Amino acid sequence: MTEPALAVEGLRKAFGGLTATDDVSLDLRAGEIHALIGPNGAGKSTLIGQIAGWIAPDAGRVRLAGRDVTGLGVAERARLGLGRSFQVSSLAAPLSARRNVMLAAQAREGSSFRFWRQVRRDRALVAAAEAALARVGLAGRGNVPTAELSHGERRLVEVACALALGPKALLLDEPMAGLGAEGSGALADLLETLKAEAPILLVEHDMDAVFRLADRVSVLVAGRVIASGPVAEIRADPEVRRAYLGED
Amino acid sequence: MDKTREMVASVVLLAALAGAALWADAAGEPFYVNLASRVAILGLAGVGLNLALGFGGMVSFGHAAFFGLGGYACGIIAWHAGNYEPILTWPFEVEGTDRMPPIWGVAALVCGLAAAAIGALSLRTSGVYFIMITLAFAQMIYWFAISWPAYGGEDGLSIYVRNGFPGLDTYDALSFFGIAFGALLVALAVSGRLLGSRFGAALTMARLNPVRLATAGIDPFPVRLTGFVISAVITGWAGALYADLNGFVSPTMLSWHLSGELIVFVILGGVGRLVGPVAGAAAYVLLETFVGGATERWPLILGLALLGVVLFARGGIMGALAGRARHD
Repeated sequence: MTEPALAVEGLRKAFGGLTATDDVSLDLRAGEIHALIGPNGAGKSTLIGQIAGWIAPDAGRVRLAGRDVTGLGVAERARLGLGRSFQVSSLAAPLSARRNVMLAAQAREGSSFRFWRQVRRDRALVAAAEAALARVGLAGRGNVPTAELSHGERRLVEVACALALGPKALLLDEPMAGLGAEGSGALADLLETLKAEAPILLVEHDMDAVFRLADRVSVLVAGRVIASGPVAEIRADPEVRRAYLGED
Repeated sequence: MDKTREMVASVVLLAALAGAALWADAAGEPFYVNLASRVAILGLAGVGLNLALGFGGMVSFGHAAFFGLGGYACGIIAWHAGNYEPILTWPFEVEGTDRMPPIWGVAALVCGLAAAAIGALSLRTSGVYFIMITLAFAQMIYWFAISWPAYGGEDGLSIYVRNGFPGLDTYDALSFFGIAFGALLVALAVSGRLLGSRFGAALTMARLNPVRLATAGIDPFPVRLTGFVISAVITGWAGALYADLNGFVSPTMLSWHLSGELIVFVILGGVGRLVGPVAGAAAYVLLETFVGGATERWPLILGLALLGVVLFARGGIMGALAGRARHD
């Protein structure tokens, strides 16, 4: 068996008396969308924070394509191919969409400590950014300041930023949030095609989207993974229905 | 379109400064030539600070440290040259010099090293803590200069013979202005180029959204630290020129008042506008000279102007001349 793109092993994190992440293990295999669901306060954000490198776990390991990245910072993990989008769009609003994406391409392409050559004439960077924007369906919108883009377009720019890194794994935190039916449908189609390029760990509230898109689902409740498996199995799991879907 | 407007406004401003110096020289008024040199040098110091404050988002309240260190580098080296006493005798002998270029080199080196040390510690904090830590470091250097008697302590250090520059008579007011103005143009060109580079893109993002910068695979800390060091080197260069302009360097150049004045130049001229600090320094020097000639209470006018800028015209003078800053 090949190494999973992303693996979380026995991760634990407590804040004072509150155990936010309680012995969580999960993995992300090539070509799949693995959805992470759970009620509010289940510890999804803390888990994502530990995978991305913002929060140091108390115990456990994070591996990216077989490499232990537990001790590495956010930027280093990104350079190793962990692409990420945020629950609330995090872009530089005054800059154009292209500039936002070019920055990610810049990190992939080598050092940021180059002081003379002007980036706007750097064909490799511009081309990489344009390619990523085209990939998410934003060809021709590159010049628009991010602040003037629609909410849905900003979500897509974030995905383009993640793609420009040349990701080995994508960590998408509620990408559908706040999108209309049309917008989330388009994004779902995009994610379907992206997963072949880089598998996706998808944190999502929209259950329809999860059950449509995901190959596997893990359910997080009170910091623990209470169930993990193919969609059909999770849908039928009585414990999941009780804990999460509000049925008994 | 706004980019060209800012370019035009910048060129006009710089041409006005050079024109004022030429006109004053032709009219036989070296006092006003020196005033133009003062604007160019303080503007240069502000251009340095603007790189950290305006473009990198690092609100340093301690840039007087670099201005003063540059000044003292100039004063001390010239003092040794004037007294024929070597600066170092061990492990090897280092003589003083009375030439500007090597003095500038030493000033840049000293300021760069100081900024690397100060930045490495200060940049672990942000916001108001960063402001306070940079202030604290500058005050430490200030008090050290006051209590170190070897180079004049509180009384400062005179530079009896203005340092030379190959091919120019530096005592000629217009020639000295030419040197200061040339330094300003070099700093502006280098800053402009830098901001358009990959490093500039990273520095800009470190200000706008450090989370995005890290997520894009670039660690903000070394980017900020490098920006802080370059900023300090430019401000230090201005300090060395200022010491030569006045023929004197004292702890005043290191005081927190000066850090504040540099921030005033940047805010008055337009935060994050390349030529903004020059406009700010010009406005400050004009107020000080002409309003200050009429009333001691000129800082009141300055205060009102600053209040007006902060409340109603965030872009400062450059914003008024060239509209809002735009990115491409």
